[in-house]
Amino acid sequence: MSQNIKKETSAGKKALGFLAANSVPVMFILICAVCIPISGFSPAYLLNEIVTRMGRNVFLILSLLIPIMAGMGLNFGMTLGAMAGEIALIFVTDWQIWGIPGVVLAMIISIPFSIGLGLLCGKILNMAKGREMVTSYIISYFINGVYQLVVLYMMGSIIPIKHTTIRLPRGYGIRNTLSLLSMRQSIDNLLAIRVAGVKIPMLTFIIIAVMCLVIVWFRRTKLGQDMRAVGQDMDVARDAGINVERTRIISIVISTVLAGFGMIIYLQNMGNMPTYSAHSQIGMFCIAALLVGGASVDRASIGNVFLGVVLFHLMFIVAPSAGGKITGDTMIGEYFRVFVSYGVITVALVMYETKKRRAKASMGEQLQAAQQEGE
Amino acid sequence: MSTPLLELKNIKKDFFGNQVLTDINLTLNEGEVLGLVGENGAGKSTLMKILFGMNVIRDTGGYGGDIILNGQKVSFASPFDALAAGIGMVHQEFSLIPGFTATENILLNREPQKKSVIAEVFGPRLNTLDRPAMREAADRAIDKMGVHIDGEMVINDMPVGHKQFTEIARELSKEQLKLLILDEPTAVLTEREASALLDSIRGMSERGIAVIFITHRLQEILDVCDKVAVMRDGELVNDVAAKDTNVTEITRWMVGRSVDAAAAAEHRAPPETDTVMSIRRLWVDMPGETVRDVNLDVRRGEILGIGGLAGQGKLGIPNGVMGLYQAGGTVTFDGRQIPLNSPRKCLDSQLAFVSEDRRGVGLLLDESLEWNIAFPAMQIQDKFLKPLLGGMIKWRDEKAIAEVTRRYIDELQIRCTSSKQNAKELSGGNQQKICLAKAFALEPKFLFVSEPTRGIDVGAKALVLEALKKFNRESGVTIVMISSELEELRQTCDRIAIVSGGRIAGILPATDSSEDFGALMVSQVV
Repeated sequence: MSQNIKKETSAGKKALGFLAANSVPVMFILICAVCIPISGFSPAYLLNEIVTRMGRNVFLILSLLIPIMAGMGLNFGMTLGAMAGEIALIFVTDWQIWGIPGVVLAMIISIPFSIGLGLLCGKILNMAKGREMVTSYIISYFINGVYQLVVLYMMGSIIPIKHTTIRLPRGYGIRNTLSLLSMRQSIDNLLAIRVAGVKIPMLTFIIIAVMCLVIVWFRRTKLGQDMRAVGQDMDVARDAGINVERTRIISIVISTVLAGFGMIIYLQNMGNMPTYSAHSQIGMFCIAALLVGGASVDRASIGNVFLGVVLFHLMFIVAPSAGGKITGDTMIGEYFRVFVSYGVITVALVMYETKKRRAKASMGEQLQAAQQEGE
Repeated sequence: MSTPLLELKNIKKDFFGNQVLTDINLTLNEGEVLGLVGENGAGKSTLMKILFGMNVIRDTGGYGGDIILNGQKVSFASPFDALAAGIGMVHQEFSLIPGFTATENILLNREPQKKSVIAEVFGPRLNTLDRPAMREAADRAIDKMGVHIDGEMVINDMPVGHKQFTEIARELSKEQLKLLILDEPTAVLTEREASALLDSIRGMSERGIAVIFITHRLQEILDVCDKVAVMRDGELVNDVAAKDTNVTEITRWMVGRSVDAAAAAEHRAPPETDTVMSIRRLWVDMPGETVRDVNLDVRRGEILGIGGLAGQGKLGIPNGVMGLYQAGGTVTFDGRQIPLNSPRKCLDSQLAFVSEDRRGVGLLLDESLEWNIAFPAMQIQDKFLKPLLGGMIKWRDEKAIAEVTRRYIDELQIRCTSSKQNAKELSGGNQQKICLAKAFALEPKFLFVSEPTRGIDVGAKALVLEALKKFNRESGVTIVMISSELEELRQTCDRIAIVSGGRIAGILPATDSSEDFGALMVSQVV
C-alpha cells in the first residue's frame, strides 16, 4: 500500500517535473487554446497560415541550432547572415535574373558575404567567451550600420546598380522597398500541392527536410562531436587537442551562411523586401520562436524548431483578432507580439542563469544529505 | 633491463628565485610502480609538471637538469609531446566532458572515423564517427584497467569513483602509453574503489606500464609500489624499496625538519578556560576545501591552530563559519547561536576574519592604507565617524583614521611611504600586516586568521606571528589560526587541531611530536 502511494507521488513528481521543464511551450499551448475560439478563424484558414509560415521561417530558425551545440548560446548574430542574403538579393534583382535561377544565384552570392561576416563575428566572440549572446547582439547593430552605409550610399555610386527602378531618385542608394515580384514564391509554387484547400509548398518542405537531415548527419561527424565537446567544456576540449577557437568560428560561419539562405527563402515567400528593416527584428523573432518551442540557451533540437514555429505563429495569427474582439482594438495584438517575443527571451535567459546557480548549490545539499545518511 | 625507462638527473626548478626543486635524481624501470609522497609544497606536483611538459613550467623560465626517456634526452614543449612519447597523466581535477558518455570521453579527439565523400572535399573533420569501433576501443581500455565501468553512462550520472576510472581508461586507451602518472587518484574513491584501483595498477605494471603514484594514503604506497620516493622542501629525502620501510618511517621522512628543536620555544600551558565557541556538525561547500562534519570547541583566550594537508577542508572551516561559502550545522559563540551564511551577523557578534585570499577578500587594493584599516570598523561598528546635524549625516573622522593607521604602522612595522599609499603597492608581507591591522581595528572578541604567512618572507613571517601572539596575550582575544605549515602552528598555538577528510582527526597540544601530527594528517584522507 505504502509502495503504491510512493509510486503515485513519484508519478506526480514526474508530471510536475515535465511541466516545469516545458513550462514555456505549455504556457503557449494554453494561450493559443484560449485565443483560437475567441478569434473566430476557421481551422482551414489557420492551417493554411501555419503551413505558409512554416515554409517561410523554419530554415532561418534551423540556422540557430549549430551555435547552441557549440555552447555559444542563441546566435543573435544570425542577423549578419540575413543582411548578406539581402545584399545578394539586391544584386540578383538588379541583374534581372528571375524565378528559381534568381533564388539559387542569390544563395550562391550570399555565401562569400556570410562567410566574411561570420569570420568577423566568430573572431570577436572568441574574445568575449562567456558573453557571446550580448556581444553578438551588439555586433548585429554594428554591422547594421555598415550595411546601411553600403546600401544607402555606396550602391549606385561606387557599386554599379544599373536599374533606376531600385535606386533612390537621387541616383544612388537603394529604395526603401525592393520588389521581388520576379521571384515571388518561385520555390513555394514549384511542386506545390493542395490538400483540402491547404496549399503545401512541397519544394520548400523538401529543402527543409534535407536541411534537417544535414543537421542530424552533422551531429554525427567528427566536427559535430568536437563542437559538442567545446560547448560543454572548452578547457577539457583544448587539453584533448581540439582547436577550440577554430571550432567556435566554424560554428558561427555555418550559422551565418544558413541564416543567409534562410533569409532568401523568407523573402522570396514575402515577395518584397523592406531594404532597411527586413533584418532588424528577424533575429529576435527567430530566437523567440525557438525558445517557445522549448529550447534553452544550451539545448535545442529540431523538434523545438517545428513546435516553436507552430505555436509562436499561431499566437501571432490569433492574438490580434482575439485582442480586437476583446478590447475593440487590433493594435493590442501587435503590441502583444513584441511584448511576448522579448518576454520569452528574458524568461529563457533568467531560467538559464537560475539553473546554473541551482547546479552550484546542489553540492551543499549533497553534503547535508551525506551527513544525514551517516546518522 | 639495460636502460631504465625514465631517468631524472639533477632536476632543478625555481619560481622567480624561489627554489622549489633541488637536484632531484630518480630512475624508473619498465613496469615499475613508484610511490611519490611528501607534504604539500614539497614539490611533487612541480616535478610531475616538468615531466609532463606543462606550459606553466616554460612560462616561468624552464627547469634545470635532464629528463632521459628510453636512453634519450627529451624536452617536451607541451603535454602533447609528452603524450606522444608515451607519458600519460591523470590529474587531480577531472578533465572530462560532463555531458558525454564514458566512451566518448575515453576517445575524445581520437575517435575512430568512417571515411565519407564529403570529407574528401571539406576536410577530415566531416568524417562521421564510427560508433561501434569507438565502443570496442573503449571496452578494450576498460578491460585493460580491470575495473568495470559502463561505457554508455554519461559522466554527469556517474559516481565520483567512476569518473576517476574513466580518466584512467582514457590514458590506457593510448597504445603508446609507457608511463602513467596518477596524481592522488584515490583521493575521491571509496575504500572498495581504491582497492580496485590498486589491483588495476598491479595489472598495468604486469603489462610493462610504469606508474608514478602520488598519494597521501601511505598504506596504499606500501601495498602496491615497488619503490617509495619521499620529498620534502623541494628535495628528494629518500628513495627506498617499499618492502624495506613502513608508515611511521615514511611519515618521519615527510615531516621531520631540522628546525624541530627551535619549534618548541616558549610554550605556555594551554589555558583551561570555558568554551567560547562550539561548532557542531558543520559542513561547508567550499570548492577544493570541502568540510564534511566538523565538531570543535574553542576555549576562551587560547590560540587554536588548525592544520592539515591541502584540500582536506581546513580552509573551509573559517570561510564557512564567517559566511563566505555555503554552510550548514550549528555554531554557538558566547552562548548565542550564530546564523550561518551571513557574514554581517558574524561581524556584528564581534567575530573577525583575516582571509587567506589577501588580494581578493582581504584588501581594497586601489585604496589607501587608512581606508583599508578603518573601512570595516567604520562599516560595522560606526567607528571613526562624526555625527553631524544631530546624527542625520555621519561624517568620516579623517583625523582619527589617520591616527589609528599610524599606530598600526608603527606597531606592526609596516613598510610604506605614507599612510595614504595604495594597498596594492605594498609587498605581500606588508599587505598581510594591513589585513591584520584591519582585523585588530575591529577590536574583535574572536579572530580567525587563515594562512597568515602564505607567500611572505621569513622576517615578515616572524613579525606576523609575534603580532598575533601579542594581540592574544594583551587583549585576551581568542584566535583560531589556520595554516599549512605545521611548524608555524607549533610555534604560535596552544593546541592544534588536525583536519583530515573534512573532519577533525584529533586535537593535540602544540608540544607533541611532529610524527604524531603527521599520523593524524593522513589518518582519514579522502
